[in-house]
Amino acid sequence: MLSLLFRRILLGLVTVCIVSLIIFAGVEILPGDACTQYLGEYQADDELLTQCRKDLDLNRPAFDRFAEWAGGAVTGNLGLAVDGKTKISTIVGDRLQNSLLLAFCAMSVGVPLALLLGVITGLWRDRLPDLIASTLAIFAMTIPEFVSATLLILVFSIWLGWLPGIVLTSASAPAAEFFPEILLPMIVLSLVMCAHIMRMVRSSVIEVMASDYVQMATLKGVPYWPTVFRHALPSALLPAINVVALTIAWLLGGVVVIEVVFNYPGLGRLMIDSISDRDLPVVQSIALIVASVYVCVNLAADLLTMLANPKLRTMYMRK
Amino acid sequence: MSGNLHGSKASGSRAIGILKDLVSRPSGMIGLSLVVCHVILAIISPLIVPFDYKLQNSALMLSQPSSMHWLGADHLGRDVFSRTLMGGREALLVTGVATPLAVVWGGFIGILFGLVGGRLDEVLMRVVDAFLSLPWILKMLVLIVTFGTGIEVLIPTLAFFYGIPVIRIARAATHDVIARDFVWAAKARGHGRISIIWRELLPNVLDTLMVEGAMRWSWMLLAFSSLSFLGFGVSPPTPDWGLMISDARGFMSFAPWGVIGPVIALSSLIIGINLTADALAKALGIDRAQKAPM
Repeated sequence: MLSLLFRRILLGLVTVCIVSLIIFAGVEILPGDACTQYLGEYQADDELLTQCRKDLDLNRPAFDRFAEWAGGAVTGNLGLAVDGKTKISTIVGDRLQNSLLLAFCAMSVGVPLALLLGVITGLWRDRLPDLIASTLAIFAMTIPEFVSATLLILVFSIWLGWLPGIVLTSASAPAAEFFPEILLPMIVLSLVMCAHIMRMVRSSVIEVMASDYVQMATLKGVPYWPTVFRHALPSALLPAINVVALTIAWLLGGVVVIEVVFNYPGLGRLMIDSISDRDLPVVQSIALIVASVYVCVNLAADLLTMLANPKLRTMYMRK
Repeated sequence: MSGNLHGSKASGSRAIGILKDLVSRPSGMIGLSLVVCHVILAIISPLIVPFDYKLQNSALMLSQPSSMHWLGADHLGRDVFSRTLMGGREALLVTGVATPLAVVWGGFIGILFGLVGGRLDEVLMRVVDAFLSLPWILKMLVLIVTFGTGIEVLIPTLAFFYGIPVIRIARAATHDVIARDFVWAAKARGHGRISIIWRELLPNVLDTLMVEGAMRWSWMLLAFSSLSFLGFGVSPPTPDWGLMISDARGFMSFAPWGVIGPVIALSSLIIGINLTADALAKALGIDRAQKAPM
């Protein structure tokens, strides 16, 4: 059991290392460097470029610079933005907090709702509640987020006037000030998330309810609801852990479009802005953070599944 | 995957059988007709649109739907109906070329490494994991911002990044098939390696890849229209649904008809592809429900 845990953690670390290599190599391979971008607007001549590269230490071998960057990242020092003054950790810090806030709000609504709906649709398969929820889920999953966001703004903010359609709070404001502006982006995110998790839970509930041990329990005379709650659900909800993990990773890294639609000052919008401004040091840092979160969350989900799954647990304890 | 295992059958009659199965399911019927309608519209729309898509008429700016202009006009006085009809051409062209490319290169690498296995395979899977842990939009935007937003950049970029998850699927499917009885049987019958790969492995892995391709297509469309929406996809004045929604959003409070047309068009295409992919998976006997979003 312990060696398995260790192996998983090691694999996660290796993945993060490869990610940092890819990020660094990607930026190196692309044409242009920090100096051509920073000086680009002044039509930099060769002399200025050489001076700038010297100032920024860009003439050292790539491996040296990678070691320094990666070493700094481990200790939380992400270096300076392309303007050479602003610390990346302060820019990214606020945005990361805001993204976490949005993700937390969306999850606290989306996950419980998804589990509930998943169990209901799984137990009443092909009946009216299932048909309605499953159809809605297909819509929520397939329609692009910017489309559903636009429609929700149109209905709730423009026609009904219930909720603000755009976030005007500044990036460094305390969490409380984001209400009620955060509500619409939160609803859109929890809808998408809810649909994915619900479908997963539904198919898992259907599978478990048809399994031998649930039939055995029924044959032994265990009433329906105790069978569901005590025998079926614990193992039916297990696979949900992984989907929830994937969704969390997606929430932190992939909600760029939603953040742009609602003007929400999170990590995603910072990503777009810094890519447009070609602020590659910031892009590198965001990429590294998001990838690490992705790996960590998946790792946590795998470990949790391993701990919660009696089959796996006993299998490794006996060894 | 158990329902439709097959060795060497006449592929023509099998394709017709699958198509019949697909159409016999309500979701497949609806999905396939939506997709076919969109493809036909994309091809013939330049011939049937009532107005020129880039014709600006300042008198019509943000005007309401009328008998002349069925969906009104946008902020530059262009006919929204004509632009909606033509708005899927670029998206269908780019994703229609990039999807097969992604499935072919991802599938090839995946099957190859699935067969080879060993240390090299382990390393490749870590690299795939690393690529998957980066947000798709970041990977693409960096390339697009550097190399431009033309079709010649978008197609290879989409094909490359959407091929990476296919590697994983193809590899898993290869492992799955190799362990099956009929492969052992073929070995026992004395068939050669090439013959087993060609006649036993490929037909079975291809089923999985076909369903995967259909799913990739819808995700790619989503990515493409999101890029357009963010201003990194199609360049104006070419009509594109993502771009149209993004343009019309600013005037939504007094001219909401600008978003309705492209919203319905884009959603119906993506839903159509998804329904088709679902029905295809069922027709081929592949369980897709367990699959998580990318």
